[in-house]
Amino acid sequence: MTNFNAREIRKEFPIFDRTVREGKRLIYLDSGATSQKPRVVIDAESHFYSFSNAAVHRGAHQLAEEATDAYEGARKIVADFLSAEVDEVVFTKNATESLNLLAYSLGSAKKESELHVTAGDRIVITEMEHHANLIPWQQLALRTGAELAWFPVDTEGRLDLSEIEKVITDRTKIVALTHQSNVLGTINPLDGIIGRAHRVGAIVILDACQSVPHMSINVKQLGVDFLAFSGHKSLGPTGVGVLWGRSELLADLPPFLFGGSMIESVTMTSATWAPAPRKFEAGVPNMAQAVGLGAALNYLNEIGLEAIHDHEMFLTQRLITGLEQNKSVQIFGPRNLEMRGGVVSFGVEDIHPHDLGQFLDSQGIAVRTGHHCAWPLNRKLGVTATTRASLYLYNEESDIDALLEGVADAQTYFGGK
Amino acid sequence: MQLDNLYQEVILDHYKRPEFKKLSETFSVRVHHVNPSCGDEITLQLSLDMQGEIALTWDGIGCSISMASASVMAGLFNGKSLEQTAPIFEEFVTLMQSKGAATGDEDVLEDAVAFSGVSKYPARIKCALLAWMAFKDASVQVQGQVK
Ligand SMILES: Cc1ncc(COP(=O)(O)O)c(C=O)c1O
Repeated sequence: MTNFNAREIRKEFPIFDRTVREGKRLIYLDSGATSQKPRVVIDAESHFYSFSNAAVHRGAHQLAEEATDAYEGARKIVADFLSAEVDEVVFTKNATESLNLLAYSLGSAKKESELHVTAGDRIVITEMEHHANLIPWQQLALRTGAELAWFPVDTEGRLDLSEIEKVITDRTKIVALTHQSNVLGTINPLDGIIGRAHRVGAIVILDACQSVPHMSINVKQLGVDFLAFSGHKSLGPTGVGVLWGRSELLADLPPFLFGGSMIESVTMTSATWAPAPRKFEAGVPNMAQAVGLGAALNYLNEIGLEAIHDHEMFLTQRLITGLEQNKSVQIFGPRNLEMRGGVVSFGVEDIHPHDLGQFLDSQGIAVRTGHHCAWPLNRKLGVTATTRASLYLYNEESDIDALLEGVADAQTYFGGK
Repeated sequence: MQLDNLYQEVILDHYKRPEFKKLSETFSVRVHHVNPSCGDEITLQLSLDMQGEIALTWDGIGCSISMASASVMAGLFNGKSLEQTAPIFEEFVTLMQSKGAATGDEDVLEDAVAFSGVSKYPARIKCALLAWMAFKDASVQVQGQVK
């Protein structure tokens, strides 16, 4: 037992006031796709529109000032949350945009820059990447003639790092990997990878979509060079994501999108760029959403990421133990809690994940089914789809028990007919 | 249970004992379709004999809805001409797009009326249509060959 009070926390999330599928209690086990939002976040976003709405960084009036304060205040909250410098935080639309921004900017880095990628260079990823941290690098490799290489995933769902010296070669420029797999729940060990990458002069880019919302992260201690996450998986609004980068690297990196707000000066034939982070934020940004994300991170801090993490691990243990007792269930990913998070994918013999998901939905249980935007990983696992339960602070033991019962009932439903 | 409207007996039967789910040695056209949102796959083979009668076999991996739908469709279309399949095809697509409002004409659809419940579940319509869209693709290709 933990003394974490998920039931009280749920009361702060308006969505749990509704029911689904003919009056059933909502059992939301799909936070890996997107999290639900506490009232403070919804209010912060709405308050911005009601009281402070104006284009940030533009205009001399009071509202523009207040809007800018709110937006820049949110940037400060994000920076503190990551133990980063405020100018190292770039607001984007989501993690996908953060990673694409990086891939495009790196692709157009000047020849003299250490970040320049060219034919013969290597980009290293892993077999467990979400498409958002796979395709941008695959395409950058195609554009530049660089070679794409990856760490395979072993049968337990961990990265096989045994050939690290061969995978991260001297010509490697970029190592991009996920912190926690959105399918397997595996948390990747970073120290060895970062050490090797930095020894050969490569930068390390971390897809932290599934880690930032669930564990305390200090970018300085982690030692990575860039990090991306999405606001909407961290209790924040949709439409806002973050790219964090070391200031010297952001300074060296050319912009990706061009337009208003990102310039220093402009003539008819040329332009120079504002310093980071502004140079990466062309156009009027998603202001209310950034403010909402600030409120979300404050909320997470109030509850405490340690406590949230412990709670999730407690539930994960219960879920894995429960699933293991079902002889027809196969878990994809590590079974021990060592270096894993609260994302559990599994298969049930003779029931396709879509059908299982549909049955669970009829019981009010929301899970994700499919390939989870990690098609190559699914191939490696030898399945076309899995069922995934992903946990967060508002889940409680009864949610886990309902899922376990739902799986058993689905077996009766589809097997017994 | 509401779910029973979706998983009608006929569907689960076809899922467990699919018909024509074995790719033939010979064929005129082979197509492979995937549902990118869930990864379900179907391979469908089509030929027309001298009388223009359809010979259709298939194989695939997917949920009960997509696999049963392929099986039911194969049962309906085998031995018919392409012209004869057209109204069935249209009736089925219309049923799928009806958002639960239509029940489907049993005289036209036969076993395929069992999929009427699917149209209430937007995420599953693509499952039910996977084989049908593969068939459409194959029939266009096979007609191209005939000409
Ligand atoms: C590991 C991982 N990376 C990247 C993404 C992409 O996030 P978004 O769709 O918010 O850009 C996700 C979300 O599904 C994810 O789980």
